[in-house]
Order: sequence, then structure tokens, then C-alpha cells
Amino acid sequence: MAETPHPRHSGLVRITHWLITLAFLALLVSGLELVVSHPRFYWGETGNVNTAPLFKIPIPSSRNMVPTGYGYVLPDQNGWSRYLHFQSAWVLVLTALLYGFASLFNGHFRRNLLPADLSPKQLFSSIVEHLRLKRPSAEEAWSYNVLQRLAYLLVIFVLFPMMIWTGLAMSPSFVSAIPAAVNILGGQQSARTLHFFLTWALVLFLLVHVVMVFLAGFRSRMRAMITGRAPDPDTVPLERV
Amino acid sequence: MSTLSRRKLITTGIATAAGASGLVVAAKLAKRYGLIPPDSGGIYGPGETLTYAAQRLLTRHSLAREFSRSQMSAKPFANEVAPLGDEFERHKQSAFTNWRLVVDGLVARPASFSLAELKSFPRRSHITMIQCEEGWSYIAEWTGVPLSHVLERVGALPQVRYVVYRSFQPDWWESIDVADALHPQTLLAHEMNGSALPVGFGGPLRLRVTRQLGYKSLKYVTQLTLTDNIKQFGKGLGSAEPETGYAWYAGA
Repeated sequence: MAETPHPRHSGLVRITHWLITLAFLALLVSGLELVVSHPRFYWGETGNVNTAPLFKIPIPSSRNMVPTGYGYVLPDQNGWSRYLHFQSAWVLVLTALLYGFASLFNGHFRRNLLPADLSPKQLFSSIVEHLRLKRPSAEEAWSYNVLQRLAYLLVIFVLFPMMIWTGLAMSPSFVSAIPAAVNILGGQQSARTLHFFLTWALVLFLLVHVVMVFLAGFRSRMRAMITGRAPDPDTVPLERV
Repeated sequence: MSTLSRRKLITTGIATAAGASGLVVAAKLAKRYGLIPPDSGGIYGPGETLTYAAQRLLTRHSLAREFSRSQMSAKPFANEVAPLGDEFERHKQSAFTNWRLVVDGLVARPASFSLAELKSFPRRSHITMIQCEEGWSYIAEWTGVPLSHVLERVGALPQVRYVVYRSFQPDWWESIDVADALHPQTLLAHEMNGSALPVGFGGPLRLRVTRQLGYKSLKYVTQLTLTDNIKQFGKGLGSAEPETGYAWYAGA
């Protein structure tokens, strides 16, 4: 089909990318709000204000029973935060399942995300290119480099699954059916603490991702992820796309 | 029109029709099998319905984790409660001898039980975790009469779908579905860690719902009402919690 150039990103990738972006931002905002009602983290099964925390976040709380050292209590926002958190989690999980299964069968993972060359030389040169903040070549507008592929694989196959797992491990009903989900993690409070750390790992990825989009050319990369079009498709060999 | 795009059009059409009728069938089945929570309206209704339906399908009969004695929290935490007033104070002075649990609604034999009567009923204990929606938790041993025993004793009618329970605190009321009401770990608890349930933890009587967050384990329970129509209570959202913005189902 010569008259319709192959899109840089398939329709499925574009739609699921933005749905997951929306769901992730909603989960982040509501999740951070939920932390405010108890900004203390523990390890093991249980923890409350009568037990020593693993660490505390030095912020005021929305509950006056939490000793924060601040002389005031923030308004309780947990109602909508919880509703929004779980609804967004459903959007994220269902979208991720659609993306995951489709990508497994249509070759997206194999073709676009699995690094072809993982030799130290290749890795080293990619790291050096990144450290020099070198603007990627035109060819890279049509393909991911090795560090990019590894980062995306980490997010898709490690961080998000761990995030969903630790989230489910906090659900008293879910773990009644599958106790191993929380026992393996060392307890319900451990799951909560891991969920919190994983949040920051994903936020770090998001920040680097956005910075890279700016460095690579914000307009062209955004256009590619919104419309599917990328610059100079004719100059790119077909097997690349 | 090329054959490719025609085929695409037809498959897309079939998929859309199948998806739409699938949704209609799913909604009908969900309603028939009680998989729609009372607070399923509003913008967060879809998420709540998915959570409740998924967990009812997955966890209807599962037991909450039980722990060993060594895992019990040395310092459980009693959350803050609003002042309970003079009448509660009088109950406390008289060691709750006049405390009554009224059971009414769709029952063959409406009843009112004293605390002594409830304590004479068959008892069950479990060491379980109570988790607050705020994020903290503790593990304690709870002892009481299984709610299912009380429901059997008053002759719960077969059409019952929810048990509404009220607190001595006038604005607090909750409800659970039949799956949780008949669940073997659901207790009208009157003891904690081997002693009379302290007031701070909901004494003299707390309905302990093990597979949901702490706010479903209502403190100072005075009344159970069995119903087939949850809409006629309060604003029809199932409990006081959704009226203040929290979800009715707290299995999370």
C-alpha cells in the first residue's frame, strides 16, 4: 500500500499509550493524596502510629491521630481519591492487557522492543550517545535504540506488573482468595511500602521519558504518538517499520 | 472498495455488535447474580462495579488470612471516635447490662438480644488483620457470635439480600451483602484479645467483617435490619459511607 505510508506507531500503540498516560496520572495524584492520610511506612504485616515506622514522609496529615509535628490537619480527600484510584487502576489494567496481548501476537514486542544487539559495545556506544545528549539520527525517529528498548521492557514487564501486584496485595478481599500474593511480599505493610517505592520508579521513568522526548524533538515525537506520522518516511527502509 | 477493507469493515461490524450485545448480557447477568453495588451510579460507578463484581466472583467463599498468636500486634491502635454522650456513659457504668441488639426486617421472629444472651450463643474466634482505609493496620484476636448464627436464630427469610447494621452513634450505619453476612468469619464480636471488647475498639459490640476495610467493621452495634431492598435506606447508596464520599464495598 504505497499510497498510505505505514504509521510510526500503530493505532493500538497510540491509543493505549495515551489511555495509560491518563490512568497513570490519575493514579499518581490520587495515590499521593492517599499517602497524606497516613504518611508513615512500615515493613512486615502491620503498622500503625503505635509502632515504629520504617520511615516517615515529613508532611502534614489529613488525620489528627497521626503525629506529624505540624500543628494542623489537612482536609480529608480520601473518598474521591479512593474511587478515582481504583477506577483508574481498572482503566490501566484493562488497557495494559489489551496492549500486552495484541503486542504479543502482532509482533510489536519482538520487532520493536526486543533489543537486537545486546553486546557490551553496542550498549556502551548507546550510553555514550545518551550522555552526550546527542540528538538522535533521522533513522532513530523510526526505531528505538537499545537503551530505550531496555527501559520500555523494564516498565512494561517489571515495574507495572509489580505495581499491580503490590496494589492487589493490599486488598483484604483479593488476598483472602490468593494469600500468597501478600505472603511472598512479606506482609501487607511491606506491599504498601513497595507500592510507594515503585511509584517513584515509574515517576523517574516518566521524567526521563519526557526529557528524552524534548531532546529528540518534542513536535515530531508528539506528532508521531498522536497522529502516527513521523518525518521522512520515504527515506526509511521498509523493514525498519 | 478493495476486498481487504470490505473484510475489515465486516469484521469490525461483527466485533462491535458482539461487544455491544456482550455488554448488555453482562449487565443483565451482573444484576441477576447481585454483582452491582448500591453505589454503582455516578462517574466512579463503573470502577466500583468492576471491583465488586470481580471480587464476588473470585472471593465469595474465601476466608481472610488468619494469623498465629505470635503475630498479634503488641500495640493495636484504637482510632478516634466522636464523643459518645451521656447515655453511652450510663451503659458503660452499668457494664452494658442494658445494651440491646435489635434484629428486625425480613425475619420470621424479630428479636432483641441482651449482651449476656449474645455471649451465651455459640462463639468463634479468629486472629485477623484489621486494615484502615488510611493505610495502618493491626492484628488482633476477635471473639463473638457468628452473624450467620443470629440470622438463623431469628429466621432470616430467603429473599434477604442485605443486612443493614446501625451504630449507637446516630449517623453511622452500614450494610453488607448476604455473601459477607453468612461468611463464617463475620462475627458480632464482644471480645478482643481474650478480654471484653474495649470501648475504643468498638465495645461492647462490633460487627467484624474480615474481608473488608476497617470502616465496614462498625463499632457499637445496636440494630440489624434484614432487607431485600437497600435503596430504601438513607440515600439509597447502601450505607452512610457513600453519602460522605466513600465506597460502599470496601474489599478494595
